[in-house]
Amino acid sequence: MNFELQSVGDNAIMVSFGSQIDKSIHKQVSKLSTYLSANPFDWMTAYIPAYTSVTIFYDPIILLRDAKTAHPYDIVDRQISAALENLQEISADPANIIEIPVCYGGKHGPDLSYVAEMNHLSEKEVIAIHSKTTYLVYMIGFVPGFPYAGRIPKEIRTPRKATPRKRIPAGSVGIADEQTGIYPISSPGGWQIIGRTPLELFRPDAAQPSLLKAGDHIRFKPVDEKVFQDWREMDAPHR
Amino acid sequence: MLRIDKPGLLTTIQDQGRRDFQHVGVVTSGAMDQVSPRIANWLTGNHGSECVLEITMIGPTITFFGEALIAICGADLSPEIDGMSVRNGRSIYVKKDAILRFGKCVSGCRAYLAIAGGFHIPEVLHSKSTYLLAGIGGYHGRALQKNDQLQTGNPSALAEKMLQSFRKNVPINRRFMEQSWSIHTSFISAGSNAKKEPLHIRVLKGIHFSWFDQKSKDDFFKKTFQLSSESDRMGYRLEGVKLKRTQMAEILSEAVRFGTIQVPGDGNPIVLMADSQTTGGYPKIAEAASIDLPVLAQAKPGDKLVFAEISLAKAHQLLWQREESMKIVQYQIQAHFQGKITRNLWKGDELDASN
Repeated sequence: MNFELQSVGDNAIMVSFGSQIDKSIHKQVSKLSTYLSANPFDWMTAYIPAYTSVTIFYDPIILLRDAKTAHPYDIVDRQISAALENLQEISADPANIIEIPVCYGGKHGPDLSYVAEMNHLSEKEVIAIHSKTTYLVYMIGFVPGFPYAGRIPKEIRTPRKATPRKRIPAGSVGIADEQTGIYPISSPGGWQIIGRTPLELFRPDAAQPSLLKAGDHIRFKPVDEKVFQDWREMDAPHR
Repeated sequence: MLRIDKPGLLTTIQDQGRRDFQHVGVVTSGAMDQVSPRIANWLTGNHGSECVLEITMIGPTITFFGEALIAICGADLSPEIDGMSVRNGRSIYVKKDAILRFGKCVSGCRAYLAIAGGFHIPEVLHSKSTYLLAGIGGYHGRALQKNDQLQTGNPSALAEKMLQSFRKNVPINRRFMEQSWSIHTSFISAGSNAKKEPLHIRVLKGIHFSWFDQKSKDDFFKKTFQLSSESDRMGYRLEGVKLKRTQMAEILSEAVRFGTIQVPGDGNPIVLMADSQTTGGYPKIAEAASIDLPVLAQAKPGDKLVFAEISLAKAHQLLWQREESMKIVQYQIQAHFQGKITRNLWKGDELDASN
């Protein structure tokens, strides 16, 4: 397994496993995340998994206090490298497959017609292609609970909007090139919005505030407006 | 308890931030300046990490419903109580019905108000900080508004000692009293960096520094940048020379930090601040050293910045030195509270560390 360690600022170190959106690279990211979650270093303040890397944040004061002569970065580098040696033995957390109900198009998917047009397909075909694929959640970032999932089939890939929207409703499902994602909270954004889910992806009062985590698999299930409204009224997170 | 009569420009409850859920996209938020709140808290007998009010440029008007011990640190926003000027960096006793107002922004951008016992705010995801975009934490997930009332907790035993002394000494005809000794926080911001104009911000090279052309690499350290009006808790958009890349490969989203300096397509750098997203896909030209994040936090639109490179070892040394200084400050404040020191030990920036 190849990895590279790079210093980021004065309180973080980035462990990189590659440079493409790739399942085997993601497996390494996943294993390291699982390891860090179960075996946090005492100097670690946070870790952030991404497509091809995990950035580990450290507290230089804790390290300077404990080891007066060694440089904090050297200690961190050494301990992370040692952990990475044993990564193969780690099995990543079991992946869940989560079904995401989506009401496609209309007022919930203002960019569905654009995506269809750009790819010379009908809206129905776009929906069929988007919903037949199982996507891997590569990372959660941008805003709380936002999943970066992939990969969108070639037939419906569409670049981001040139001008991002100022406000995208919570639950909106979008496409950006080969990524698909869901906006858990209302925020600005530049992805092509093709539908909306009634599920709550971010629940600040829950022990696990994010419905999805890196390594999960998701499938989108088309539902109609009535189901969408009923689901939202029920306010029950999908398990 | 206290009431907000006027909210000011942006007044929010913040603590040291929401650290534990960054791996699922929950941003850290927290006080932009992480040094001033600690001192303000110590001056009210609180733990350094207690939540405070972060006050931005135009301060609120606050009526106190009961006696309290308060302190203000950070920007000088011309605080006054019942029309009389009070000063930053010292414990202030207020009686019931005292009214705190702020005036002109003399220096800095953000002031921090601490109160003995802290504010009674529920924790969300292990923190009391306000995350405005998601509407969570702090006071109902939002900035304070007119007529909001905040409950405060019980003063610590140390604060109670200070309160007893104030009750005896406060003039009958006044509703407040300032402590005679004070902390000058400029020395805490690493060698009075905060007072220089343009602000000197020390940085480490970013992981994509080499992706920029030679002129941009030189300009980044030679030229002066200015904070545009699009500068807020999420990030500061800088104006000045535009930075150009030679390496045009796309960057997959990866982690960023408070202090990451990224450069989007238009060439204008953005310094990511407390409410920035956890990940991003723009090239990172530099990373602001942690020692200067409180200096950045006190910058406001129109302020000028210059960047200077320092080594990782130097960045860590500066952090260590600051923590040592903070320990001395904390000890001195506690000694004053305990009545161990009766003389005024400090004059301006002079700190008698041998005590």
